[in-house]
Formats: sequence, C-alpha cells, structure tokens
Amino acid sequence: MSGVNPDNWTCPLPLRDYPNVVLGHGGGGKLSAELVEHLFLPAFRNDALAALGDAAIVPPVAGRLALTTDCYVVRPLFFPGGCIGDLAVNGTVNDLAVSGARPLYLTAGFILEEGLPLAALGDIVARMAAAARAAGVAIVTGDTKVVERGHGDGCFVTTAGVGAVPDGLTLGPERARPGDAVVVSGAIGNHGIAIMSVREGLEFETIIASDTAPLNGLVNEMLAACPNVRVMRDPTRGGVAATLNEIAGRSKVGIEIDEACLPIDPQVWAACELLGLDPLMVANEGKLVAVVPPSDADRLVAAMREHPFGARAAVIGTVSDQHAGMVVARTAVGGRRVVTLPVGEQLPRIC
Amino acid sequence: MCLAVPGQVLSVFEADGARMGKVSFGGVVKDVCLAYLPDISVGDYTIVHVGFALSKIDEATALETLRTFADLGLLDEEFGPPPAPAGAAP
Amino acid sequence: MKYLTEFRDGELARKLVAEIRSAVTRSWAIMEVCGGQTHSIIRNGIDQLLPPEVELVHGPGCPVCVTPVELIDKAHAIAAAPGVIFCSFGDMLRVPGTAGDLFQVKGRGGDVRVVYSPLDAVKLARENPTREVVFFGIGFETTAPANAMAVVQAQRLGLSNFSVLVSHVLVPPAIEAILGSPANRVQAFLAAGHVCCVMGYHQYPALAERFRVPIVVTGFEPLDLLDGIRRAVLQLEAGTATVENAYPRVVTFEGNRPAQAVLADVFEETDRAWRGIGVIPRSGWRLRAAYRAFDAEARFDVSGIRSVEPAACRSGEVLRGTLKPHQCAAFGKECTPRAPLGATMVSSEGACAAYYNYGRLVDLGTGRIGSAGAVACPA
Repeated sequence: MSGVNPDNWTCPLPLRDYPNVVLGHGGGGKLSAELVEHLFLPAFRNDALAALGDAAIVPPVAGRLALTTDCYVVRPLFFPGGCIGDLAVNGTVNDLAVSGARPLYLTAGFILEEGLPLAALGDIVARMAAAARAAGVAIVTGDTKVVERGHGDGCFVTTAGVGAVPDGLTLGPERARPGDAVVVSGAIGNHGIAIMSVREGLEFETIIASDTAPLNGLVNEMLAACPNVRVMRDPTRGGVAATLNEIAGRSKVGIEIDEACLPIDPQVWAACELLGLDPLMVANEGKLVAVVPPSDADRLVAAMREHPFGARAAVIGTVSDQHAGMVVARTAVGGRRVVTLPVGEQLPRIC
Repeated sequence: MCLAVPGQVLSVFEADGARMGKVSFGGVVKDVCLAYLPDISVGDYTIVHVGFALSKIDEATALETLRTFADLGLLDEEFGPPPAPAGAAP
Repeated sequence: MKYLTEFRDGELARKLVAEIRSAVTRSWAIMEVCGGQTHSIIRNGIDQLLPPEVELVHGPGCPVCVTPVELIDKAHAIAAAPGVIFCSFGDMLRVPGTAGDLFQVKGRGGDVRVVYSPLDAVKLARENPTREVVFFGIGFETTAPANAMAVVQAQRLGLSNFSVLVSHVLVPPAIEAILGSPANRVQAFLAAGHVCCVMGYHQYPALAERFRVPIVVTGFEPLDLLDGIRRAVLQLEAGTATVENAYPRVVTFEGNRPAQAVLADVFEETDRAWRGIGVIPRSGWRLRAAYRAFDAEARFDVSGIRSVEPAACRSGEVLRGTLKPHQCAAFGKECTPRAPLGATMVSSEGACAAYYNYGRLVDLGTGRIGSAGAVACPA
C-alpha cells in the first residue's frame, strides 16, 4: 500500500472528455472545478473572477448603484442571430442602460440539464464572453447547478448586473408628459419572429435574425445629446405595445402612435401577416423606446441615427392628455385602434 | 374565421402523394399544400390558409378593382368638392 | 406584400369612405359574418372611419367564439389523457371551458402543442407512433378542406394513432338562423370572402331573395371591407337585395371544386350547437362513416361529458347582433379578458373583448374613440 499516493491516482475515465453534462458537473467536486477552470475562467477572464472567492470584490464606483437581475429561458437555445448566452448578457446590460446606469459587472448563474452537450455549453459561454466584451462589462462571479434530464430545457441562465447612475440623472416610466415625443430606436419585432421561425411546428424560411444587442453605447450617445430624456425602456416580452401601455399607465397619460411611422422589416411584417400577429406585440432584444420633450425629439433622433444600433430610430408618436392610460394607434388607412396590453404569449391564429 | 394570406408559388413538388409547393409570403417561405389547385404553377399567386392554397389570385381582376377605387369620386371632382370631408376621424 | 399593400392604400380608403358618406341617408345595420373581418375592422380602425349611420354588427363567424363549452370540455379531457399529444391552432388555447383553458391543461401535465397546419399534426403522428395524436379540428368552410386533407392523408399513410376532434360549422345556416329570428335587426350581410373562396357563393342568391337582404362577398383588407360596406349601403339605399362579389380576385361563383369534392367525401352535414346560440339544424359537418376511425370523439370515451354554459353569459345575443357587449350585466364585472365567461371576451376578434379593450376610451353610445392630439411623424 505504501507505493500508492492517492493524490497522484487518476481515474481511468477521461473525465474532461465527457461529451455531455452529467450531474457531477454541478456537484461542487472535481467535475465542477474542471468546468470552472477549463470553460468559465478562460472565457470570462478578469481579475475579480480569477480570485474565485465566495463573492467578487470590486473597487468602489461613483454615483448611485443600479442593480438588476433577469432569468433567461429560450427554446431553441440557439436561434438565428444569437443564443441564450448573448441574450443573457445583453438583456441585463440593457436593463441597466435604460435605467440610466453605466453597466459595470454581471454575475452568471447556470442551471444545466443533464445531457446538454458540453460543446453547446462551451458555445453559449463563448458568446456570453463576446457579448460582455462588446458591452464593456465584466462577468465577475457565477454558479452552476445541474438538474436531472427532463427537469430543464438544456440550459437556463440567470444574470444579475450592477451599474452606476450619474448624479442628476433620473429616468422612469412615470415621467412622460403630454406633448412629449415617443421614439423607438429601430425596426421592431425581429427577435420574436426569429425565434418563431425555428420553433417546432411553425418553421418557416426567412432571413430574419434576432436583434439582440447591448444598448449602453447608444444610451450614452442619447444622454449626451439630450440629457432631458424622460423615459427609456427596452421593449422585450410583450413588445412595444406592453412598454407603451406601461408608460401610459404609470405616467397617467395617453399615448398616440402612427403605424406608418413604425420601422418594421418587410419580412417581419410578412411573418406577422402569415401568423396573424401584431408586430407591436412581438418581442425585441436590442431596441429601446424613449420619451423626450418635444423640443428635443429631432436632436435625439439625429444622435441615435449616428449609432449603429439606432440607425433606424424614428419618432413614432406623441404623449397626450386624452384617454389617460391608453395607447391608441393611427392606422395606415387613417382609422384609429386601441393598442392593448398583450394578455400572454403571442400565438399564431387562424382567424 | 379564416386568416388567409397571398403568396407566390416558388416551386412545386410531391410529398407523401400530395402536391406541395414552396410559397413565398413577402420573402418568408413556407411549405404549402397545393392539392386543391391542380392548375397552379410557379410564379402564380395564391391565397393560403393553415398551410393550404385555396384560390389562385386573378391579377387582371385585382388591378381592375383598384382602378375602380381610383376612379371613385372623379365625377364629384369635376363638378365640385365632395359633400363631406373625406377620411377624417371624428 | 403584393395583393396586401395595394389594398391598404390610405388615399383610396378615403375615396371609399367619401362614397359611403355621400351615399348614406339613414341608419343601417350591416353584419360582417366573419371574425377575421371583425379583426381587420378593429385592427385598421375602419369602424372609426364610417359615418355614424352605418353600424357594423359583429357576427358569429369566429370558430373560437361559437365552439360550445361541451366540446371544449371534451377537448380538455382528451388533452389531459395519458399518452396523448393534443394539437390545436393557437386560437383555441385561451378559450375557457368549464374548468380553465388548454394552457391550464398543459400546466397540469397535458402535452398540448400549437400547430400552424393540420398537416403538422399528421407529421407528429408519424413521428410518434406510440402516442395518440389528436387534432382539434375547428373552423368554418375555409379551414375544413385542410382538416379533411389531414384525415385523407392519415388514411393514406395508414396512421392508426391519429384522430380529429371535429367541430366544423357552416356559414349559410347561421345567416339563415339570424335572418329568421324575430329579434333580427341586421339589414345587410358582408359574406366571408375566404369561406366563399372554397364554397363559391351560389348558396346566397336564394337567401338574399327570401329575406330581402343584400349580401356582398367581401375580402379582408381595408379597401376590400370598405368596398363591401359601400356596396351594401348603396343597395340598402336603393332598396335592392342582390348578391354581389366584391372580392373577385379570389372568389368565383363556383368556388374551389377540388376542395368541395374532398369535403363531400370526408364530411356529412349534421346539426351543431353554437356556443351561446344553441343548436342550428344542419349547420355543421362531421366525419362520414368511412372515416369514423379518425373521429376522436369515438376513440376517446368523452360521450359522458355534459356541460352547461355559464348562465350569466349572453354571448349568443351578442353574436346574433341583438345585444351590445356593454349592455350585458356581466360585462367588465364577472367577465373580463383575463377571466372570460364566454369566448367573445377571449378571442382577439370577439365582440366583447373588442368592446372591453375600447371601453375606457370609447363613447359607448357611438362606439367611437375620443379625440387626441395628432401624431408628429416626420418623413
């Protein structure tokens, strides 16, 4: 027995070559450590993460702190234009950005389903890292758990984000005033339609890709050009319709938009016709809605159009003192309709 | 009932003994059953409901309909303004 | 998109509206039978463009709205059965049965899937030979050819694990029932263009003549709807009652003969209960005996399910055009889009949902949206 040193003993199974996630990857033991060492650390590389403490410790920041968290579930995990990884980074970066915060640090929690190919996880993590670099944020701490097969959808990701809000800046959905202009940063509905195009039972061929993108750079340009912006929101689930209804409700104002002013890609529009959807209710992942005083609207839109993520920015409507709490759209033929808050998931309809 | 959308037939093929086709709806392409339109061919436009082509769209008739609309009110314009302001929501 | 964009032109819409305004001299009630047309009218704000004399009555042509509770309950029972993959159009998922909707069945473990086409359900049956795949075959004459072909296809492929819960309803008997009712107030009909695309419109001249009512076959785009309304108004003002085709680029007098042949092979007429309205004789289709093997009602023992519609729900009167949604005592109280008593409150084109969504804003007397500032829309 004296010749056996347990520290040098190696398992005959090539653990690192597991092609799929197994329960042990979330067990806190050697498999977990390998995942951290070979997957997460090289991808997310930064000092705070490298310390591998129970908490990431970061330098003090100037301004008020903004904190947000979001859970990401999407099927399929990979879709035209992105995957759950970049979605999880951009979504949290955008929640901070539209709150007026400069995004600084993210955390990442993974719930993996037994059987997920490690190559897929590697791809998701690589794309998260790329998205974090593009947004200029660091992923400083994280956690991984594994659930049994059948108890998850491959991979769920939760990210939390910390950002700093400069003194003197306040944005909020309750700040819209009658007369204000309503601005959208670009073509709407791309993310939701891209996901639907690859959903089982609905598949259709299209060039539409998700618009997932970090908006903090665009927001910087907007606030520099127009410090008086009153409201910014990113219209994700529920689409622009849900966001406008929220602003109308919280600000106790009416909102009137003109459908002819809405930027919509032709194929998104066509897919909406085919499935009977309202593009206003389809999800976006790289767009924002802003409300500004009327005198600032042109300057704001001009500044947004200078930025690649705001190239198709447009004024889509105005805030009104009529019909408080409601959103009304002027239609292409000159009629008017109420844009309601979507009840739930968007479903294709036959009638 | 009955959301049906116009699309253009891009190709025709056979699947499980049924006549099928790829149909483009403004660039969005779906497989559509053409069994009910034995005469339709590539390039034609059809109305599609729940994955089935139901009617070939008659281009000449469509243009004629639009021309009729465009000609509406021309008589009024010749003899004076129409009696009510058009189009304005109250 | 060709054939859509041109028929949404604002300038031509204004011309059609001007024609309607100059033609109308008194009040008329015109019913658009089809729920898809109701949807387009609300979606495009066409009701807001019409002169106050023209009242649009939203008809019973929404399969979601008229499928009886009992059949919804049977669907839910089948969907909850072990081993079943239950396929439905997206429209039916939120329709309330006696105990919740299909989302809730799914939440309790049912395998409920949304499909775009009935052929997708056939495909699922092929791919899952050990599972029972059931398709919820609702719809009017437009959807029936697709559902019939799914059955034909399943038979051709020898699929023993595929069945259809059939709930087909037919337009002409519904129009006849509305016109024959002593409470009827509808004076002209916009016939559903896509139903006529399949069936033609040879059934309508007899109805127009017997009830002295103009019937205009109408399409779904804003210009189509405005033209249908214009032609109906012109007939009403002139006192004529004929059948016109305002959707000739799609609809012919005979309709789609190959589709009619398959329909006749697969389906036979039957009496059908319409939610809120009751049984209308010979107003539906069921599978013929030769295809009974594909009848989900026979395959799953659901004959014992007997359901009663909520007593407070007066959707039948709404669907017949004799009651306005907001005149119902339950409207906005026991019955809202989130907790609907009847399908007219849940369906996107349901008259009650439309009224509810407009309610805080619309003058319920006139049905018109209150005024608001104009939108600044720079080019």
